Parts: sequence; structure tokens; C-alpha cells
Amino acid sequence: MAIDAPPAAAEAAPPLTRADFESDQIVRWCPGCGDYAILAQMQRTLPEIGVAAHNVVFISGIGCSSRFPYYMDTYGIHSVHGRAPALATGLKASRPDLDVWVVTGDGDALSIGGNHLLHICRRNVDVNILLFNNQIYGLTKGQYSPTSPIGTKSYSTPTGSIDAPFNPLRIAIAANASFIARAIDRDLKHLSEMIKRAHAHRGTALLEIYQDCIVFNKGAFAPLSDKASKEDRVIYLHHGEPMIFGKTRDKGIRLDGLQPRVVSLTDGAYGTADLLVHDEDDEHGTLADIIASFQEREDFPRPLGVVRDVERVCYEDVLEQRVADAVEERGEPSLQELFETGDTWEVPEHPAS
Amino acid sequence: MTIATRKPVEERTDVVIRFADDSGTGMQVSGDQFASASALFGNDLSTLPDFPAEIRAPAGTLAGISSFQVRFSSEDIHTPGDDVDVLVAMNPAALKVSLPLVRANGIILVNTAGFSAKNLRLADYDTNPLDDSSLDRYQVFKVDLVELTKSALKEFTDLSAREAERAKNMFALGMVFWLFHRPLEHTIEWISAYFNRPGREKFIEPNIAALKSGYVYAEATELFATSYEVKPAPLRPGTYRNINGNSGLVMGLIAASKKSGLPLFFAGYPITPASQILHELSQYRHCRVRTVQCEDEIAAMGATIGAAYGGSLSVTASSGPGIALKQEALSLAISMELPLVVCNVQRGGPSTGLPTKTEQSDLFQAICGRHGESPLPVLATSRPGDCFDVAFMAARIAIKYMTPVIVLSDGYLGNGTEPWRIPEADELDAIPVKFHTEVEGFEAFRRDPETLARPWALPGTPGLEHRVGGLEKADGSGNVSYDPINHEVMTHHRADKVARVATEIPPTEVHGPDEGDVLILGWGGTYGSIRAAAERLSAAGHTVSRAHIRWLNPLPSDLEDILKRFKRVLLPELNLGQLSTFLRSRYLVDVQSLNKMQGKPFTSGEIEDAVRNLL
Repeated sequence: MAIDAPPAAAEAAPPLTRADFESDQIVRWCPGCGDYAILAQMQRTLPEIGVAAHNVVFISGIGCSSRFPYYMDTYGIHSVHGRAPALATGLKASRPDLDVWVVTGDGDALSIGGNHLLHICRRNVDVNILLFNNQIYGLTKGQYSPTSPIGTKSYSTPTGSIDAPFNPLRIAIAANASFIARAIDRDLKHLSEMIKRAHAHRGTALLEIYQDCIVFNKGAFAPLSDKASKEDRVIYLHHGEPMIFGKTRDKGIRLDGLQPRVVSLTDGAYGTADLLVHDEDDEHGTLADIIASFQEREDFPRPLGVVRDVERVCYEDVLEQRVADAVEERGEPSLQELFETGDTWEVPEHPAS
Repeated sequence: MTIATRKPVEERTDVVIRFADDSGTGMQVSGDQFASASALFGNDLSTLPDFPAEIRAPAGTLAGISSFQVRFSSEDIHTPGDDVDVLVAMNPAALKVSLPLVRANGIILVNTAGFSAKNLRLADYDTNPLDDSSLDRYQVFKVDLVELTKSALKEFTDLSAREAERAKNMFALGMVFWLFHRPLEHTIEWISAYFNRPGREKFIEPNIAALKSGYVYAEATELFATSYEVKPAPLRPGTYRNINGNSGLVMGLIAASKKSGLPLFFAGYPITPASQILHELSQYRHCRVRTVQCEDEIAAMGATIGAAYGGSLSVTASSGPGIALKQEALSLAISMELPLVVCNVQRGGPSTGLPTKTEQSDLFQAICGRHGESPLPVLATSRPGDCFDVAFMAARIAIKYMTPVIVLSDGYLGNGTEPWRIPEADELDAIPVKFHTEVEGFEAFRRDPETLARPWALPGTPGLEHRVGGLEKADGSGNVSYDPINHEVMTHHRADKVARVATEIPPTEVHGPDEGDVLILGWGGTYGSIRAAAERLSAAGHTVSRAHIRWLNPLPSDLEDILKRFKRVLLPELNLGQLSTFLRSRYLVDVQSLNKMQGKPFTSGEIEDAVRNLL
């Protein structure tokens, strides 16, 4: 008894365009918000991926980013703060045929919804999670978030925050997310590529997107996108390639035991062959964790790209298989047979009194 | 195995047996086996399992006693019984806790081996009650069950003394089987199946031997002069099985899945006393039931909403504290107007409260427990078998009206068993489901004029792409709307939709005169106690009427009129008067509340006394 969605029109539909994914709702983010760029990129990228709009569901929680589903002309749910992964799990576990995306923010995913983020990654439900990280609470007007650096001054921390931030990538690694990547709202070509990679991955894909909140945390990621600084401050990860960065590709990262070190490629001490080579297929997450730790290390570039992409069996695939196996092994009983399972007895028409 | 007995046999219509021991010693199993054997024999029956929250509570203590009460009868019965006829007490604490329930001249079978100095001290006995006159009002049978069991099992040399001793519950059960002429076959089959797993097979034969030895011992010894016979009850003809309330809910949900053609999806989180629903549904994968054990109650509610959006018959279940956690997301389900069922197997609260004990104190939570104006249908089950009907009904209403529905059960109904007359599957009504497919003119919140239900438009349907969420929606289109008048209109729509469910409620049955001096009104698990009390009062020549309501929201439309036809209305509830409060405010009727918050159901005697005070 699978749920069969009504069949699509018989004749082949023309290819979709960006406009096919734009809903008729007025977008209500602040002018200049990074969310606009991400939305536009998603609307451009989905036609390139070639999905049918009616098979796509965007599920969000609460926060600025979570208004995203209203602007996509697909199916969508704007749900409860932090719980989008839970709704997505229920939908995907019962409707594996759908293309399910979660849109969330740093507060939604890592504070109120932290538990659900961990568990969807652990289960490896085939859902793509876009985590818009702006390191601030925007919709509630500017409190510090679980990714804000220590010392962040905000309405709730006038003298600076005192709690250490989460590194979302390391959380995802700890929860054994099978796909982990990072992009930034100012590099749209790369963002589009990451969206495609996340979608192509079978299993939970966590894509952290650095996103500029121009009202409450303007320029938080500027050094990672400004022309003058970005090449020294960012390293783009490429599977199978040595870790090289810098304006003139003059720097690299090598492993010294378990510790990564930034080394110069111009002083003659090290060459390309000495460098750490990126491997997305990192079964135990060891390399992924080293890469994710760059942001906590002084003078290290911020990694953008696919940190990890491993194969793991998907929750809903196993669930479907279990159902199919059970039907195969035991047969599907009639309702009457089910009722009469176990010990039954008859009370005759004319019982002895 | 049956052994012809030459001792005198006395016929009884109705017997209550209570098995009591430390938790974790198999007393629930003994009681359950006795109940099953009695059901198969054809008696009507009702059971009351009563156990502590701890898995292995400290041995010998009053707080650690696990007991199982079973009442079986040759007549139609409605409660597990007020007074115990036969108590099986395995130690002093078991005796002390249960003794107040034993009727005068009742039988007490005690395990003398349990009456050590230490156990007497743990049970706060200064002197051994087996040696003084404190049990003179009862027929006491003293048996060293440990020694008898060990000696019966001495040929099983691979068992340690401790392992052999653990079979004493089966020895005791064998004795009680003889006392009441129960056949052993069913329990022998059960033992063979239960221990048939790696490393446990060696316990099959010893347990069967202990059971048979107990039976033979009771027959052979001079201990019992008489045995008792309780004939089959003249139940309505049909095929029966024994069922508890949790299983009843499971069967009702699966039936609703089959009758609607919707696959059943269940997301839950373990909680006493509702976990059995998750366990049982997980065994029905061959009926295409998908279950997910979530990371918490909130996630379970969220997953249930996700699956409802996708077109499943979507269900979650919990108890009070877990329901509290679900409430925020349940409001989203109300706002999204999605069909799903939430079962609450109520227990004593607040907070962790009495996890294994029953109460009806979540009525307010069910009706008012969310934020904003967030009405939903609420209905309550009244007997284990009624859980089937209520679950089926809840699913039907959820789908027809596109609304979440709360089912209130309780720990007493959830764990208690009774014979269930198996329905004819073909005679159950189909549950019509219509997924919206028409693209022309589609609006996500355009309502059916009769039910006010919005269309159920599934993702995957071409041309119906739409967004729904927790923000207020424009009447019709469903687009986000902050318009003040629209919010008021939508608030009314949501309330009116739930109010219209009242048209589904059949006329309230009043048993007894439909007007007069006293009406006993009940809801939920008090059904049996109220019915037994009313029947006893009628038999004693009093004129008493009773009515029991299944629908708590909306209330039956004839209820106000019924209440106003009686001079006095007594409403027994296992809470501080929650339904009474609703009825008084709604109808301005002076409902008198009878309350009990002891983690136990009302005895029929308690209700009878309260009514007599009104007469």
C-alpha cells in the first residue's frame, strides 16, 4: 500500500527554468541579505539538476532562513523551531520517492534543534540540509548564536558572549554525517556546485553556508569573500589534490603527526609532494575532523568545499527493505486473520447456562 | 494435563485472585497466564496489573511489590473486583500490601520461605503474622514454595539453586490452576515458546515441571479440602481473544489503515505505560506498518506531522510528560490542518509522578494544553476492547475533518485485559480518503462546505505545489497572511470545524430512567466501576441512571439536556474534577465531583457509597 502520487501529464514537459521555482510570494528578507543570493542560486540550480518541482519538498524551522520554503514554487513546510529534521525524517521514511530538503539556521539547527540535527545525521536519512550560518539570531533581532565567537557583543551579551561556539562541521562529523560541505553566499558558482554535490549524495548531506546578516552581523565573513584577503584566508577543497592556497598558491598544509601545519611552498623546505592530500572518502572522519578544525587554528585558511562524502546505507532504504522482507516472508494477512492472531476461543450460539 | 480430582468441588460465579511478590520475580507472568487460561476456558474476566516504576525494586520492601489481580466469572463482569478471594503472597511485604483487599474468610496462600526475619523487618512486621492471630479471619495455607520447587526440580542438575528457585512462580501457578480447575496446556505452550531462545532453552522443562508439580502437589496434599469451579460466562456468541487496551489501540489503528488504504506510520519515544504501542506496531511490518523510534517526544511528533503531510495514516503515542513535549508541534498540526492521531495512555502526574499507575488527569492537557486557540477533537476509551473502536473512530475523524485527534486511554485500560469479541472485518465501514488532484482552482485552504476540511494535496502531485506552515494563512489560498480580520476568520474556521465533529456523535445512551434523581456520568476508564456500582444499586432497589461519554471535545450535543433532566449528577473522575469543571462552566449544571488520585481505579464500592450519600 505505497502512496502513489497521481501520475504526471503524459506528454514530456519542457525543461524547467529558474522561473518555475519562484513562488508568487513577495520575498521579505532585509535588502542586501545573503539569503537572497542563496535563494536565487537554489532556483537556478534545481533546473540544472533536473528535478521535477512537484517532487521537491523544502522543510524549514524558524528563523530568517526558514522563510525560504515560502519562496520556492515546490512543496514546502515552514515548521516548528528546530524540528525540521524531525519532520523531514517522518516524510522521507514514509515517502522515499520525494526529494526532501531542510533549510535551517545556526540557532535553529544548533541550539533549539541540536538534538534533531545529530539524529538525522546518525540515521542517514536521504535529506539535504542547508544550514545558513550567520553567527547571529536575526529574526529575534540580534542576540548571539551558538556559532558566534566568544566575546560577541549583542543585545543579550552587552559585554561580550562567554560561551564557546560550535563548529557545525565537527558536530556533523561526530554524528557521522555521510556528506559534509561548506559554501559561502558570496561565491555563487561554488555554492551551486555544492548544492549539486549535496543533492547527488545518497544520505544526509549537511551543507553549511556562510551567510551575511547585513543588519545584525554585517561583514562577519568579509575576510573570506573580499578580493584582497580571500585567497589567503580560504582553501578550496578538491578530492585527491594537495592542500594549496594563497594568492600565488604559495602556501600549503601538511601533517606533522596528527597536527596540521601551514607551510611555505617558496622557501624550499617543502614541495607539493609533502602536502596533505584531500580525501573526501574518509570512512572514520579522521581527516574530516582535522580539516574542520582549521577554523579553530590560528593562521589557517577556512576550508570551503566537500569535507566528507562517504557511502552509508540510508535509513529509509533499510526500512523499506524490512517492510518488503516481512511481506515476502510472512505474507500480508487479511484484517480478519490479523484480528484472530494468537489464542482465540468461540462462544457458541447457545451457551450452557 | 488434567488430573481427575476426588475432592469436593464447589461452584462459584465469580472469583478474584491476586498474585503478589517482589517485582522481577514473574508474578505478572503468573497472573497473565491465569487470565489467559481463564479466557480460553470461556470465563468473562478483567485484570489489574499493578507494579512499581522500578524494574527490580528492592526485594522484600513494601514499595517493591508487583501484583496482578485477575477476576474471572461465569457472568458478565466490568471490573477487576473490589475484594480479593484468593491472595498468593510470596513474602511479608506482599502480604501486608494486599491484605486490606482480601475479603473475610478469603484464601491466602503464603510462601513460608519468604518470611525470613529480614523480610519481616523490611515489611515492618514486629511479629510474624503467620504465627500470631492476625490472620484468623482468613483461610491461610502455608507452603514452603522454595523448598517444594527445588525438590521438584532436583533432577535438573544443570540448574543452580537460584535458578531452580526462580521457577516458584510456576509452582504457585500450578497450585492455583488445580484449585480452580484450569487446564495447563496453554501455559505449557507459552513456556515452551517464551524460553525458546539462545541460552534460555534449558529453562523450558524445569518451568513446565514446576507448574505440573504445583498442580499435583495441590491435588495430592491434604492442604486443600475443596476445589472450585467457575463455569464459562454466557458472553455474546462469537470469536474472542484476550486483549489489553494498548493492543486494542494497535488493532484499531491497523484496521483503520486497511480500511482507508493508507499505510500506517508511527513515530514514538519509549514511555510507560504507552511503550507497548510502539513495540506491537513494530511487529506489523508485514502489514506495511512503518515505525520510527525517535530521539525524543518532540521529534516523534514532528515525524508524525511529516508523514501525515506525505499521505500516511500517521500516529504517535505517549503519556502525560511526553504529550506535554509534543504540544508545540501539535499546534503546528492544527495550524497546518493535517490528519493524525495522538494517543495518550495517561498516568499519575505531575512530572514523572506515578509512571506505572493510572489517572485521568490529562483531560485539561488534551483539550487546552497548547498555545493560542488550538482546538482538536478528543475522545476517550472506556474498556480495553473499546480502545479498538476509539482508535478506528479517531483515524476516521482525523481524515474526514483534516485535523489531529487525541485519544485518551489510561494505564489501567492500557495494561488491563478483558475478552474482546473479534469484529467481522468485512462489517467495518470503509474510511473514505480523497487526495486532491485537480489543479484548476486549487487552493490549499479552500474548505469542504460540509466538514470545513481543507484538501489533502500530497507532495508528488503535479501542479499542486504549495507551502504550509505555522504562520497564519489567508482563508482560501493558504498564503501567509497577517491580516487582522483574516486571523479572526481562520480562528473561527478552526473552531467551527472541530465543533462540527459533534454531528458524528450518536445519541448518548442513558441506562436507567432518562430523568430522575441521580445520574452517574462517566468518561474513560471509570466505565466498569460505574456500571458495576449502578447495577448493584439497581439490584438493591434504588433508581439510578448512568451515562458514559466517549467524546470530550466536542461534547455530545444532547448532553446538556440529559444533565438538566436529573436533580443530581455525580461525576467520578481519577483527577480533581476536570470534566466536572468543563461541564459546570459550559452548562451551568451543578455537577458533583467524586475524585480519587491514588493511582488506582475506583472500586465499584466507592462509587456505590457516593451515590448512596446522594439518595
